[in-house]
Amino acid sequence: MPQKIAITGLGIISALGNTVATNKKALLNSKSGVGKLQKIESIHATTIKVGEVAFTNVEMEALLHLPQNHNYTRTALLGGMAALEAVKQAEINDISEGKTGFISATTVGGMDKTETHLKEFITNPESQKYISSHHAGDSTQKIADLLGITGFTTTVSTACSSAANAIMLGARLIKAGKLDRVIVGGTDALSKFTINGFKSLLLLSETDCKPFDANRNGLNLGEAAAYLVLESEAAAKGKNALAYLSGYGNANDAHHQTASSATGEGAFLAMKKALEIAGIAPSKIDYVNAHGTATPNNDLSESVALQRIFDNKIPGFSSTKPFTGHTLAAAGAVEAVFSVLALQENCMFPNLNFEAKMPETQLKPVVKLYKKELQNVLSNSFGFGGNCSSLVFSKA
Amino acid sequence: MKPIYIHSAVCITAQDSFEDGIMVPLKTSEGKVQAKHPEYRDFIPPAAARRMAPAVKMGVAAASKALQKANVEQPDAIITGSGMGCMLDTEKFLNALIENKEEFLTPTAFIQSTHNTVGGQIALGLHCKAYNNTYVHGSLSFESTLFDAQLALQEGSATTVLAGCVDELGTEFVEYVRLKEQQETIPKQVPYGEGTAFFVLSQEVKEEGVILRGLQTFRTVSEDDITEKMLQFLRENQLETESIDAVFLGTTGDSYDGYYNVVSKSFLPKIVRIPFKEYSGDFYTCMGFAVWWAQYLLQEQCAPGYNCEPDVTPKYQNILIYTQEKGQNHSFILLSKT
Repeated sequence: MPQKIAITGLGIISALGNTVATNKKALLNSKSGVGKLQKIESIHATTIKVGEVAFTNVEMEALLHLPQNHNYTRTALLGGMAALEAVKQAEINDISEGKTGFISATTVGGMDKTETHLKEFITNPESQKYISSHHAGDSTQKIADLLGITGFTTTVSTACSSAANAIMLGARLIKAGKLDRVIVGGTDALSKFTINGFKSLLLLSETDCKPFDANRNGLNLGEAAAYLVLESEAAAKGKNALAYLSGYGNANDAHHQTASSATGEGAFLAMKKALEIAGIAPSKIDYVNAHGTATPNNDLSESVALQRIFDNKIPGFSSTKPFTGHTLAAAGAVEAVFSVLALQENCMFPNLNFEAKMPETQLKPVVKLYKKELQNVLSNSFGFGGNCSSLVFSKA
Repeated sequence: MKPIYIHSAVCITAQDSFEDGIMVPLKTSEGKVQAKHPEYRDFIPPAAARRMAPAVKMGVAAASKALQKANVEQPDAIITGSGMGCMLDTEKFLNALIENKEEFLTPTAFIQSTHNTVGGQIALGLHCKAYNNTYVHGSLSFESTLFDAQLALQEGSATTVLAGCVDELGTEFVEYVRLKEQQETIPKQVPYGEGTAFFVLSQEVKEEGVILRGLQTFRTVSEDDITEKMLQFLRENQLETESIDAVFLGTTGDSYDGYYNVVSKSFLPKIVRIPFKEYSGDFYTCMGFAVWWAQYLLQEQCAPGYNCEPDVTPKYQNILIYTQEKGQNHSFILLSKT
């Protein structure tokens, strides 16, 4: 039997709420967190919808007891909030006991501060503290410091599959015996940079996003941070595992820098590898938390990949992005948390806003909260650069 | 555990490293030095190269040459590291956004600003569907990459790994970084640089080859404790200081050089000490350059750019590389000749 990877803690902050409990409540009540952009000044504020975290930076600074004149960016603040919640749930008394690591994913890093201060870095000494917080590793290091982790620490950045890859690395390190315990996940704050980037790609919807719908017209961006505590069986002994991370896989679509292939080859291979590692047949998957961004390209490609891997017998599936928006580097971790919640609550979360099947595949996602005994959940995350990752979560 | 062999190594920096030329110290008076770019047309179609920022061009070309040298068509994993990511396109998109007040933006720079652009482009060029990951952990980005490569080989998920790193200067943000550095009591004396290094790694035996023997990083260590950490690292790899034939040190001239002085004292005075950042310039992933240079010494038994005397007794058997960034993120890498 391969070593099991226990999940002993969850932490999340998203447009649905600032804790796991509030996120769960919103999911069970089919209540979306997507709305108007309020915390960033942008000319697109009235024409796009986003999933913003309710807390302001000032509120999070106070909750994290940060000193005056700190240089935490919003990405680091969100990450700190979620990572601390995850560690608390895992009831880790002494984090320096055993080999503990931290692996965080981000795409924007300190961009929220860089884009605000770029043109005053020379003239405004006050702003200069944000020069060193720009790079992606900075938020990771700050969160590791908040957690008191001095062991293996790194940052993954593979666009929208980043957190799934962080989770995968953590599992591999535990299996290899290099770590006993690792906190894995991702964090990304909303920024003008990403809003305008996706806007320029014509990928932003002006309405609530509609994944897998025939008339889907783009995504809603979101911000979030989410982390999971992974422990080896030995380290988790005596604790109640919330679920197990049983499979993981990454493959490259090798088709186009930003677009997914018509056959969904990368997605198909990632799911195939994840199922192989989990040692289960596709038919054992009870629910798929899909990537489902609601862009015309992704959802068709992912649908084709699902048809291929499940040989047209697709289990209940849904995209939870209409709840949170697409949270980029955090998405894989946000949806990992949701997958564990699905296993715990024995339910599939609805794919909000769905109306009509797409003509090419005729697939219909779960549209209402659906109660069913679940054993295994598959979660997909795909990103630019053809990066495709899948994770399998199994009931504790 | 089976050893990990470096089957090929290719590097682009301000030195003539791509062509294995002679290494020449950079002028310290220069604030920043650009990479010596090779003829890209040998590795990338010109039309494609024109659309690529230096980081992408350098990375794709070095990766391509590394695969050629190792006679590998398809690696089982492509792992890259970058401290700052694709800075030039990041700056381009950011400035367009600010100047045009969020209007009339085209997506090209945004797309290419993504941190995994290099890893993605390599996969695209090779039609390689294998595992692909990118690490962006400041001055330990390359170490994270090597760490994952090591893990992939040891766990058996890959038999041949293409692992590398890249950082580009860009034009604007580096000036802010310099500005901040100049405010330090003793700022760095080496210029800021850019470059890439790519390696083909595998557990397949390479006769007369070089192995990646050890890799260890520490978040924080005091100057008092660094020697013990280094000795412990050597011991774990069955070596002592007397068996080290050359030491690469990340000296920059700033107030944290004390770490290097302390470490250096543990070694015999006669052995070679190479302050590699005085050659590459400083950037988050310049450890890739140090590893390239060290493997060259072990493989060829002489410095790049020189003709080696045949049949000489090997001068270099084990090389230690040590660097840190402002007293944090300490990293030791150990290479040995087989």
